[in-house]
Amino acid sequence: MSLLSDPRWGEALSHLADYLGNHVRVSLAALALGLAVSLPLAILTRNRPAPRGILLALASIVQTVPGLALLALFYPLLLAAAAVTLAWFGVSFSAFGFLPAMLALALYSMLPVLRNGITGLNGIDPALIEAAKGVGMTARQSLVMVELPLALPVMMAGIRTAAVWVIGTATLSTPIGQTSLGNYIFAGLQTQNWVFVLFGCLASALLALAVDQLLGLIEGGLRRRSRLRAGLGAAGIAALVVATLVPTMGRSSQGYVVGAKTFAEQYVLSALMRDRLQAAGLSATARSGLGSSVIFEALKAGDIDLYVDYSGTLWANQLHRTDIKPRAELVAELKTALAKENITLLGELGFENAYALVMPRKRAEALGIRTIADLSAHASTLSIAGDYEFFSRPEWAALQKAYGLQFRAQRQMQPDFMYAAVASGEVDVIAGYTSDGLIAKYDLVTLDDPKHAIPPYDAILLLAPKRAGDVRLRTALQPLLGKIDIATMRDANLRASGNDANSSPDAVARWLWGKIKQ
Amino acid sequence: MSAAKCETGWGDSLSTEAVPAWTDHLTPLALRAIDPPPPGEGKRKASRPAMPSKLAISYQKVTKSFGSLRAVDDVSLDIAEGEFVAIVGGSGSGKTTLLRLANRLIEADGGAIMVEGEDVRNADPVALRRRIGYVFQSGGLFPHLSVADNIGITPKLLGEPAAAIAGRVDELLELVQLDRASHRDRLPEALSGGQRQRVGVARALAAKPHIVLMDEPFGALDPLTRDALGEDYRALHRSLGLTTVMITHDMTEAILLADRIAVMRGGKMLAQGTPAELSSSGDAYVLELLRTPRRQVERLNALLPQSGAA
Repeated sequence: MSLLSDPRWGEALSHLADYLGNHVRVSLAALALGLAVSLPLAILTRNRPAPRGILLALASIVQTVPGLALLALFYPLLLAAAAVTLAWFGVSFSAFGFLPAMLALALYSMLPVLRNGITGLNGIDPALIEAAKGVGMTARQSLVMVELPLALPVMMAGIRTAAVWVIGTATLSTPIGQTSLGNYIFAGLQTQNWVFVLFGCLASALLALAVDQLLGLIEGGLRRRSRLRAGLGAAGIAALVVATLVPTMGRSSQGYVVGAKTFAEQYVLSALMRDRLQAAGLSATARSGLGSSVIFEALKAGDIDLYVDYSGTLWANQLHRTDIKPRAELVAELKTALAKENITLLGELGFENAYALVMPRKRAEALGIRTIADLSAHASTLSIAGDYEFFSRPEWAALQKAYGLQFRAQRQMQPDFMYAAVASGEVDVIAGYTSDGLIAKYDLVTLDDPKHAIPPYDAILLLAPKRAGDVRLRTALQPLLGKIDIATMRDANLRASGNDANSSPDAVARWLWGKIKQ
Repeated sequence: MSAAKCETGWGDSLSTEAVPAWTDHLTPLALRAIDPPPPGEGKRKASRPAMPSKLAISYQKVTKSFGSLRAVDDVSLDIAEGEFVAIVGGSGSGKTTLLRLANRLIEADGGAIMVEGEDVRNADPVALRRRIGYVFQSGGLFPHLSVADNIGITPKLLGEPAAAIAGRVDELLELVQLDRASHRDRLPEALSGGQRQRVGVARALAAKPHIVLMDEPFGALDPLTRDALGEDYRALHRSLGLTTVMITHDMTEAILLADRIAVMRGGKMLAQGTPAELSSSGDAYVLELLRTPRRQVERLNALLPQSGAA
């Protein structure tokens, strides 16, 4: 099958209106906010070296924070702010999605606008400012009639740089719940759907180019005092905004929002739950690619209505427990604890997606390793790889403590690449997931944990506080509970990791439902 | 003569004869000084009022310092209505500072400055600048505005209607002898140095000021253009009944154009008076300044035949 006739292009295209629309809205809103703050600041500080220096230094520091981190930081910041406003004024707002993404991106856009604004205004020949005063202009008239027009080319260059940065960086707002063209990229990376990755990159690059050209048109129009050019550019930007608003307005309320974390299993399960809700006549959408720490808070705040988490994750991260209990006991205790926060633990899906140390079968047999205890004797000569969060999780600390593990080297990897890396000998051991289909595919073994250092990780279905008494929702989801065993989930995950049309989360979700019904 | 010109006030006091046709007879500066003066020019010094009836500008014991530097040090100078005064001095003499004190581009530290009988400290600085014309060194034209928009800027700031400004601009282009059709919509970058300075003069005159301040207006021009422009401005000064204060470092230019010359050095006013009065000054610096034009005249007389076609 050639790349161009791949049906996944069609699937990607079907999401375009939604993803592009959200991307344009959050980018342009951020740019507008950034301009509204930066331009007056540039004008106010143009003749004041001290505040100007501080401002530029601050903007530069913001720029050195990686885009993903900046976006992620705004989420807890706004959560805290929302808690404060709720306590003081009785009003709360959503710290999820649009608001943190827009604020972080606006902050990100400030440096080029500020720097070019100040450079442009300071670069004007002082004799001309004197002349403006001499012909009888007030300070304000001098600014509007002489200084700003003369600084315009440099200022616009800064605005155009900011626009391209913001549109590019907006692809990183997916993990904090803002739908964007980044949804293609995150989903594509997680499910090895390169068509999606390519589509997302192309779409955001084209959007950045288009906005840059429209801004260029406005700049040319202002410079040549051509109302037509400036008008065309402004109309282009306005048309872009209107075009992205239309599909959203056409759709009624979003109904139920199904959350998903950033890995293939979650994409499949969220598609499965969405399909079940729709089959029950409920309107539902999936919100995928949410960061692991964002998603629980989003459920608590009601920004998403349901999602699948894992008992051990909540046990450690939300309850801050370090003790280990048997599977059923842990879920029961978790259910009681979550109920205090009005979160419903509807039930287990039936499989466990635990962390496990994984090695190639042949290598393990050659070294005589069957359990983690066996591994600890060899660890000092071996290297280990884990996902981005594993080495900072309590499970890793517990493992190290229980078995005295000291590896030669440890590396962080994109989860989907770990299995291939350990199979090829790139690393010796990985911290994989028990439900991953690649374990069978690459002929790997999971090492036993005789000291039970890793807690159980039952997949559990959670409902937001506002959906606690929702009978239709519960009824629609009931058929899924306890029906997905580990073998089925591994099979589903293996299918989702393929690189063809049948491996899209939607297609795998349909296959999975077929298995469950049997 | 267009109807618009007659409506706008001083257009009617102006006849084309009052403006010398310039480009046709460009006369080198030094030669003109030794020629017998043209009939109109002879009356120049005589036209100066014997008693200064009313003062246009009066500097009274004015001081201005920049940090520890005394740029203007206890300077007094009276400029009568209709007078053309040149302030001569080297760089750092304080002459530009003195000029800018008059329209409050710079504020004085001490003393008083009266413009048309009013203390400038009591005047709104913006309104003051709008009623005093100012010609900047090398033009000071706004590079993003057309010739017409540059000239019409002060009337625009005063809120005059666009049609009246357009008429005024055409009239001023004619006054400074620039072809309106080919210059109106050009940007300053498309003009020669002399043309820019003509536009600068037109801009200064746009709001019909009584007083025009000129900061080394012709300094950067080649000698021929400079002479022609100087003479043309001199004619405008007379026909429009202006009071003009011009800064220059060139004593020859000052002698040829001004009724009276004030000499500054190190922030102090060394001497003031007609060229004849200055030549009887006891100050060595003033005499040294006057020696240069004299030497040039003698040398040119020796080098050029008297009957040369000029």
